[in-house]
Amino acid sequence: MFKSQTAKIAVVCAVLAAVAIVVPNTNSFLILLATRILAFSILVMSLDILLGYTGLPSLGQAAYLGVGAYATAILASKYQFGFGYDFWLVVVIGVVLAAALAAVFGLLAIRATGVYFLMITLALGQCVWGLAYRWNSLTGGDNGINVRGRPQFFGLDLANEITFFYVVFGFFAASLLVMFVLVRSPFGRSLAGIRERELRMQILGYNTWLHKYIAFIIAGAFGGLSGVLWAHTAGIVSPENVIITTSVDAILMAVLGGAGTLIGGVIGTTIVIGLREYLSTLVPWWQYVLGAVYVLTILYLPSGLMGIPERIRQRGSESGKTKVGKTEDQEKLASAAS
Amino acid sequence: MNTQFWIIQAFNGISYGALLFLLGAGLSLIFGVMRIVNLAHGSYFLLGGYVALTVIWTTDSWLLSLPVAALAIAVLGMVMERLFLRSAGLEFARNGLIAIGVALLVALAIDEWTQFIASGNWIMFVVVALVIAAGLYYLLGNVSTIAIEADPLRQVLLTVGFAFLFQQAALDIWTGNNFDIFPPGPLTQSMVIGQLYFPLYRVFMIATAAFIGVALWLAMEKTRMGAMVRATVDDSEMARGVGIDTSRISMFIFGLGAFLAGLGGVIGGAFLGIYPGLDFEVLPLAFAVVIIGGMGSLGGAAIGALLVGLADNFGKALFPEISYFTLYAPMALILAVKPTGLFGRE
Amino acid sequence: MTTIMNKGMRPLLLGGCIALGLAPLSNASAEELRIGFLAPTTGIFAQIGKDMVNGFQMYLDENKGAFGGADVKFIVEDTVGKPDTAVTKAKKLVLQDKVHMFMGGLLASTGYALAPVSTAEKTVYLSPVAAADDLTQRQLDKYPYFVRTGFSSSQPSHPEGQWACDQGYKTAVTIGADYAFGYEVIGGFQKAFEACGGKVVQKIWPPIGTKDFGPYIPTIKRDADIIFTLMVGPMSLQFPKQLRAAGFNKPVLGGGTSYDEFVLPFMGDEVIGHVSALQYSAALETPKNEAFVKKYREKYGKVPSYYSESNYTTAQMIDEVIKKNNGKFPGAEDFVKQMSAVEIDAVRGPVKLDESRNPVHNIYIKKIEKKKMFGYDKEELWNTVIKTYKNVDQFGQFDKAEFLKQPVYSRDYPPCKYCQ
Repeated sequence: MFKSQTAKIAVVCAVLAAVAIVVPNTNSFLILLATRILAFSILVMSLDILLGYTGLPSLGQAAYLGVGAYATAILASKYQFGFGYDFWLVVVIGVVLAAALAAVFGLLAIRATGVYFLMITLALGQCVWGLAYRWNSLTGGDNGINVRGRPQFFGLDLANEITFFYVVFGFFAASLLVMFVLVRSPFGRSLAGIRERELRMQILGYNTWLHKYIAFIIAGAFGGLSGVLWAHTAGIVSPENVIITTSVDAILMAVLGGAGTLIGGVIGTTIVIGLREYLSTLVPWWQYVLGAVYVLTILYLPSGLMGIPERIRQRGSESGKTKVGKTEDQEKLASAAS
Repeated sequence: MNTQFWIIQAFNGISYGALLFLLGAGLSLIFGVMRIVNLAHGSYFLLGGYVALTVIWTTDSWLLSLPVAALAIAVLGMVMERLFLRSAGLEFARNGLIAIGVALLVALAIDEWTQFIASGNWIMFVVVALVIAAGLYYLLGNVSTIAIEADPLRQVLLTVGFAFLFQQAALDIWTGNNFDIFPPGPLTQSMVIGQLYFPLYRVFMIATAAFIGVALWLAMEKTRMGAMVRATVDDSEMARGVGIDTSRISMFIFGLGAFLAGLGGVIGGAFLGIYPGLDFEVLPLAFAVVIIGGMGSLGGAAIGALLVGLADNFGKALFPEISYFTLYAPMALILAVKPTGLFGRE
Repeated sequence: MTTIMNKGMRPLLLGGCIALGLAPLSNASAEELRIGFLAPTTGIFAQIGKDMVNGFQMYLDENKGAFGGADVKFIVEDTVGKPDTAVTKAKKLVLQDKVHMFMGGLLASTGYALAPVSTAEKTVYLSPVAAADDLTQRQLDKYPYFVRTGFSSSQPSHPEGQWACDQGYKTAVTIGADYAFGYEVIGGFQKAFEACGGKVVQKIWPPIGTKDFGPYIPTIKRDADIIFTLMVGPMSLQFPKQLRAAGFNKPVLGGGTSYDEFVLPFMGDEVIGHVSALQYSAALETPKNEAFVKKYREKYGKVPSYYSESNYTTAQMIDEVIKKNNGKFPGAEDFVKQMSAVEIDAVRGPVKLDESRNPVHNIYIKKIEKKKMFGYDKEELWNTVIKTYKNVDQFGQFDKAEFLKQPVYSRDYPPCKYCQ
């Protein structure tokens, strides 16, 4: 590693602290953007656990955000539930429901790998979208559900944008911490092992299916948390939240920032949402910029933006030659073809 | 529900399946040969429709639009495949294209301040763009990168990036109005048998799909090229081992897949319309066909398309409330039991 | 690509106004009226978004960028067709750009998402397009800063139902997009049609976005007198073709969007004779409309639809209010009050607002004909006006209190009493 582990952690903490201090003093639009970015990053980071750490490309993570978001919205609008201390209960409900859905979907999906896994998760995500769209009595169908008002607890009124920002920031930081600990743990390391060479892990006696299944459920749980926060951030939940392009967005954000780095997910989310929300107020051709960013990253920065320091260092030491020997990707291809 | 109902619904389902076959066969072949999922396939479908519209507007000939649009999309597909998905040898062309594209965007950004275009000063704008392009080209050429050929996931993501670009480009070129293709008069009539009306256009769809299906099957089974394709699908390393140029096969198949999708777009254009958003609407349907039928299998695509067309039709007619569910739930279940689809091979 | 924002005009206007000695109007420079506009200018609804913006822009240009003497800063933000993006942009407009009012929103979900923002930020929200009934009916009290200048979904359906009875039709099959807008348009028709003796014998709900009506058309009861449809976008283009190809030749009535000028230019002869109802038709034969259509078509290359007319008329209404205030914005509450009192002669005819801040205007029953109009030399499809119902409000021929007691139109309301 270029920097030691502690140095990296220190940098991340410093940046986060800076964000926490600086953002609330900017204008309301930036605070709004930052809140949205933090809420959605939780989803992208959860996807990174699957994609970057376990090697499972899921194209249906938006479903779990949807479960959390719709649960929050339905409880809020139909039962007036979740506006006081019961907000915390809603968080738990959202997480549990999303995890349950992941448990069910995982049974269907974990059997596959690679692009097959991609297709299954896409199909499952479509199921959720279809339900959100057509189950009018529950989800409001195309109209969506308005979440009116924000919770108030501990003397805090979340309707205040700055207070809400801090709450979301808190959840984000906590999620990041938990995921960080997870990927550094023996469990997390075995996930990385599965990503590299599943066959080898199985020979070593690991129950790879179970490992992947648990990772899938954990990712789903965080997706649910992201959804609960998203419902309050946006104020409206609609089938747009679970449509295929949302899942595609998430995976692109993860890859853009750098898969397998957790923080990369946040960077990717910041760039994409920033581009979308901010650039669109400036020029009408912003979609091309977004497309160009994707294409450039995928072609020239396969390790995403987080991979740039490594690449620079690599260039410095090897004067620009591509790596000798088989890369991990080529190994994966070989093992997939056999 | 009398027999009339069943006959008509079955006919409708089969005709819808015919369209889906065109859409799905290409996707299936592309996956079989290259092991990547082309998420820009829906875009090919939509672009085929748009190109056909342009042909019809300029030449007034619907008949001409079919091959022209399909071929145009085939070319687009092959360029995308050869330059971006499997660039070996042609990196300079890819870098050049990207450099120009990005330079244009940067120049436009600069133009926000300098206002070259607004003041009619095109020359300055072009100069700025070229300078940036040259710089970028140099930069891109010197960036060492792991070839994208090695990573199917990156290829898939690249197709998505292109799908977004295509959607925006289509909006800018053709506007976002909802268009419709009008086939020649005779095809808008209906065959009347007893009390049942069978729209001739649907018959045309079935006939076309059947014809293409048979043609493809013959090509796959009876020609040398087809044998090479089948060999590549079965085991690409072995195929390379016996001297088959799998790279050319890849490009050819990608082009063929795009051709079929584009043709589907023209034919579908009179049936579904042509409008922004259609690309991501048909994409899951294409997936449903390929997943159910099996990736890499032409016969599977045919069966899959038929099943999806019928299931979708009957599902909507009999259980409209849960219509999307009736389509995707069986697909998910089939995948769970046999991840490679009914006729797919690992 | 033309930029949509008006940022560049401001310095020019400012200089111009000062030069003309309008400085006395306010302290050092002319008063500025900041209007935020939310529309999908990219994404799948981009074309409609453009039409919305163009309608407003045309009025603005005709008035040299000023309403009642105040320079208008017109800021357009892209909602990409997503309600949560609309909310973020709306907040940006209010908090960052400090607009005096924001307007727009295309989909009902966007309308429902933006209305609470207006209440929370105590800022005026005008909706020329988003038509969801309840925003000015049962949920009116939640949104005191909301004014609708377009129409409510069921508003045109009430007279259309009456018209259907008057033609002697007794039974109808309804088929419409399965979402709230569909429920409200068809619900209004059903209520009105059954109130004057008609019977709706079947209700079919294809999902929104359906293009292949194969599963649905064969189930339509063949013995009904008429078919009433509510289609939007691509659905509008495909349904009439497939209906004709399946051998149906009964009269077809529909909601405004089934045949509005957004889709009509792209339709074929199969829709000739189809009837619909809306507060606007481009074929309205009044001098004001003829001028509007000709000017719009010359400027933007297409016949204006109600998306454009509604925004044009809204601009006109804002202009009226600001004029009365000598170019000053009277504050949100007063503005809402004054908007509610405005009465203008708009392109669509006379327009005023009812107590619930929804327009009261003419509803036109239109029939599609192929002909030459307004001196154009090609024969084209036009929505010829065959009957005008004057002063129609959102409750139509029904008593307001009674109407509000019933639930909002939904899939199951009004219930289909005569369905088998």
